[in-house]
Amino acid sequence: MKKEVPLIITFVAGMIMIIQYFIPHWPFSNLQQMFNNWFLIITVFALILGILNLLRNHIEKVSRRRKGWWYSIVLMAGFAVMGVAGFVWGPAEGRPFDWIYWHAHVPMSSTMFALLAFFVASASYRAFRARTAEATLLLVSAILVMMSRVPLGSYIWSQLPLIGDWIMSYPNMAGQRAIMIGIALGVVSTSLRIILGIERTYLSGK
Amino acid sequence: MKVLERLEKIDRRFVFLLILLAVVIPLLFPIGFKIEVSEPVAMLYRTVEELSPGSRVLFSFDYGPSTMPEVYPMNLALARHCFSKDIKIIGIALWPEGVQFGNEAFRVAAEEYGKEYGVDYINLGYKAGGIVVVSAAAENIPTTFPQDYTGRSIQEFPIMTEVKNFGNIDLIVSFSAGDPGTREYIRIAQGRYGKKVGTGVTAVSAPAFYPYLNAGQLQGLLGGMKGAAEYETMIQQSGLGTSGMDAQSIAHGLIIFFIILANVFYIAGRRKK
Repeated sequence: MKKEVPLIITFVAGMIMIIQYFIPHWPFSNLQQMFNNWFLIITVFALILGILNLLRNHIEKVSRRRKGWWYSIVLMAGFAVMGVAGFVWGPAEGRPFDWIYWHAHVPMSSTMFALLAFFVASASYRAFRARTAEATLLLVSAILVMMSRVPLGSYIWSQLPLIGDWIMSYPNMAGQRAIMIGIALGVVSTSLRIILGIERTYLSGK
Repeated sequence: MKVLERLEKIDRRFVFLLILLAVVIPLLFPIGFKIEVSEPVAMLYRTVEELSPGSRVLFSFDYGPSTMPEVYPMNLALARHCFSKDIKIIGIALWPEGVQFGNEAFRVAAEEYGKEYGVDYINLGYKAGGIVVVSAAAENIPTTFPQDYTGRSIQEFPIMTEVKNFGNIDLIVSFSAGDPGTREYIRIAQGRYGKKVGTGVTAVSAPAFYPYLNAGQLQGLLGGMKGAAEYETMIQQSGLGTSGMDAQSIAHGLIIFFIILANVFYIAGRRKK
């Protein structure tokens, strides 16, 4: 029963979700709404579980004094402060949660992401080489698209934006479509394998 | 050749310094490059222009602080455009961090156009669940988002009195930095319910959305800070996108210069061998 019950639940839920997409009428439309609501409730509990698991891992890290344990203290302190600020005063504008968000979280996250600009520049200088014909093609396309995406490009050559648009609208789109169709076929086949009980790794990892 | 070898093994801190200068100097002393509007941006502008006053647009704030410099200017520009045409905006977020950015864009644009919270715009906040949130909201917005982001019942707000599902929404715009985001709206809101969907995404993810644009599943596409700057040009109200364009132009130019320079050294070195 340990395996049969989850397999039956997966099959029934999966089939209903497929049928309701093609027949959006009673009783399938109601079932879809009901399943959606269940999913949203389960997601919230999954979030709580995730938070508790994260805290447990970091508490363990601190208690065993593992490498970098002080970072865990910062994480837990940040979590506690944001949690208290959100639960006690709410997230509305001007409240502590909002203030911490704008004056700590936003600058720190933006700074981390902004560092990418430096690494991209350094990496492009060191690694972006025209070693093969394919690499050269990629290199030339990248240069054309990069310059066409900024106003400076049209100052250098008025046709550059048009070339950039052409690369994006034709070669890029063809490649993207191929990737999307490949992914979609993979998703369909994997989903069918799960719904039909062929793929069972989600049950016990075996 | 020794000069070439030295330049090839240049200290990366020197590269970092040049990038810093390329970004900071144009921000301090703007050059004012002319911004040309691309067709995907003009498409979204025309879609909003075609809406009549009183129409309802759903904004989805699906981004966070890391992508704020690219996505927030689009968010603000679209809010300004909608308010200038007396279009009502309902905001939701598939990313928890998006709520505050939505609020900020609303605050700035509402002050400029004298709009009132709950009457002309509302922020329904974050709901976990990604594509299922979109699917549930498409069928029933009040049950999916029974309260606004502060916890007040949506029944208190006049803007929500006639809103039941996506059938009462004229356009959906997702400001997206990844998943969940624009793809969820294309799959559910456009694919299943035939709603008009537009998007503003980061420059790095924009190429992935061209197939949807070409297929008519997207009504417009703003890609990165350039997309925001173009939209600001269309609404004739320069903002963060326009002001960042000079810095981005110079930085792109510098990176391309590095790439070309490094390849010149590489080819010269190969010939020598």
